[in-house]
Amino acid sequence: MTKKTKLICSVIAAAALIVLLICSYELTDSTSMLRSVLQLGAIYALAAVSMNLLNGVTGLFSLGQAGFMAVGAYTFAIFTIPVDKKAGVYYLYGVADGLADIALPSFVGLIIAGLMAAVLAAIIGAPVLRLKSDYFAIATLGFAEIVRILVASSPFNRITNGSLGLKAIPGFQDLFGFIPAYFVPFIVVALCIAFIVLLVRSSYGRAFKAIREDEIAAEAMGINLAKHKRMAFIISSFFAGISGALLAQFLGAVQSTTFPLAMTYNILLIVVIGGMGSTTGSIISAFLVTAAKEWWLRFLDVEHYIGDFKVPFMRTGFRMVVFSIILMVVVLFWRKGIMGNKEFSWDGLYNFFTGKKAKKAAKAAEGGSIVE
Amino acid sequence: MSKENVLKVCDLTMQFGGVVAVNNLSMEVNKGEIIGLIGPNGAGKTTVFNMVTGVYAPTNGAIYLNDKLVAENHPHGKMKDIYNGLNAGKYTGVLAPTPDKITKMGVARTFQNIRLFKELTVFENVLIAKHMNIKANIFSAALMINKKEEKLMREETMELLRILGLEKNKDDISSSLPYGKQRHLEIARALATKPQLLLLDEPAAGMNPQESDDLMHFVGRIRDDFDLSILMIEHHMQVVMGICERIYVLDYGTLIAEGNPQEVQSNPKVIEAYLGVD
Repeated sequence: MTKKTKLICSVIAAAALIVLLICSYELTDSTSMLRSVLQLGAIYALAAVSMNLLNGVTGLFSLGQAGFMAVGAYTFAIFTIPVDKKAGVYYLYGVADGLADIALPSFVGLIIAGLMAAVLAAIIGAPVLRLKSDYFAIATLGFAEIVRILVASSPFNRITNGSLGLKAIPGFQDLFGFIPAYFVPFIVVALCIAFIVLLVRSSYGRAFKAIREDEIAAEAMGINLAKHKRMAFIISSFFAGISGALLAQFLGAVQSTTFPLAMTYNILLIVVIGGMGSTTGSIISAFLVTAAKEWWLRFLDVEHYIGDFKVPFMRTGFRMVVFSIILMVVVLFWRKGIMGNKEFSWDGLYNFFTGKKAKKAAKAAEGGSIVE
Repeated sequence: MSKENVLKVCDLTMQFGGVVAVNNLSMEVNKGEIIGLIGPNGAGKTTVFNMVTGVYAPTNGAIYLNDKLVAENHPHGKMKDIYNGLNAGKYTGVLAPTPDKITKMGVARTFQNIRLFKELTVFENVLIAKHMNIKANIFSAALMINKKEEKLMREETMELLRILGLEKNKDDISSSLPYGKQRHLEIARALATKPQLLLLDEPAAGMNPQESDDLMHFVGRIRDDFDLSILMIEHHMQVVMGICERIYVLDYGTLIAEGNPQEVQSNPKVIEAYLGVD
């Protein structure tokens, strides 16, 4: 395939995606399941891609994602709740003095949310990034728990509203007057993911991959380990913060229980199913997992009757049992996830359908074993 | 020929607790030389490499690159109770740069057990070594503002692959290469950092006589083409005797002989270390 055909294919694919997205808006009403699943899927896609930048690309196994999302969500909520609604939200403890008159536009709120998460990452990164593999995972896991407990603790009652959580968070708003609010999360997520993709493709992205492959060799090639790990950690956290803020906008209310440990695992699962190290994989599986969990498997939660016969097991919660079994099957039989560690490419798709790659690999193996 | 030091190590000692891996080693590598470092298994050869490249901070002694002090240490803390250090009085400072800094000073190395970036292509493997001198920051690199720099990096990498005959394999995943080519690639990657001193850790390990003969010529060629000094650890005596101008022999961490291949070969201490004594 030539460069030109690839470009044409990409333009057509992008246009098709946009048309599909517009269809999902035009053909459904505001309470439709499709709309919320797509929006939630997009938000999880950003969370998964930012986690993938750290876990899949740089090879730092972090479990602090929910913590950074919580920081982003709370920061966004604190700075954007409309002034006239603050009294209602903070009815029990009252609002901190400096915050009572602050209500920033949601665009500014998103950036502050990301920056706050990034600053926290920079602070905890200094000690935590010295740890390796499992110990790093445990330390970041601990951080996520600390964040969750701190936002619900009494010293911060007048800022985070303790265990009551924050409500009346402004939702998505129309953009420039002509783009409906529904599209805002998609635009934000697309911009953020585009930046991450470009970063992974740049020289710094290659350095991150080198660290994943072999730290000792990477260091011997002149890559400053501490600096590059810190950069990956901070950037990943920045986008985790933004995805947390988007989630806060989507839900309209956040509590400390919105960001349990299970959320980190949920995102990790999206990353693993998509394929560690593959951004495209993370995006695809974010939508698939969200749709399966929130929508396609919903029917399992309802009691069904065939004639007089009541179908066994079908009751509230059964959905999650089936979901877990599907996951186990995927992990057992499709160990590298949907995309492995490869990115989407037209060549890859072309070879997949024509079976060229398999032939080439077989040929290489055949020739290789004899000659070498 | 004037004798310019590229590398000079003085009184270098590395102790892991009570184990003396390298004991009071002094050696030098002059500009343009190919030096061999040999010795039986466990003699401390790789430890010397690790100290020179900054992986370990030596327990005692100093390392100079181009007559500039780059690493220095003296026994302190717990180590002081076990070991006083020979000439320790001379070394009072503590200077321990990390490996990436040493690489930037012009020392590149290969590893005993090949350490390639296995899942990346040959081209990417070499390209990564060009990252250390990048001028663009992470944002301008991501937003592709440094197109010129990126292009230059790619061109230099391509050029290097061409010179080293890896051009045909450029898009292959590095772990899929045959063993000999992987060794070549590791050397190519080290050369991409533009070193003055190249440390080769058993480059001929696992090669048949033909391959090691090729390697010998290859090492000689890159020394001339890239204006290098080379320090190599090697067990293939044929390679070492054929190419090295001077040889240092280590046994149990101690330098037991040095000199040109003929001198070393006939040195009774070396024969004893390798073959034992009756």
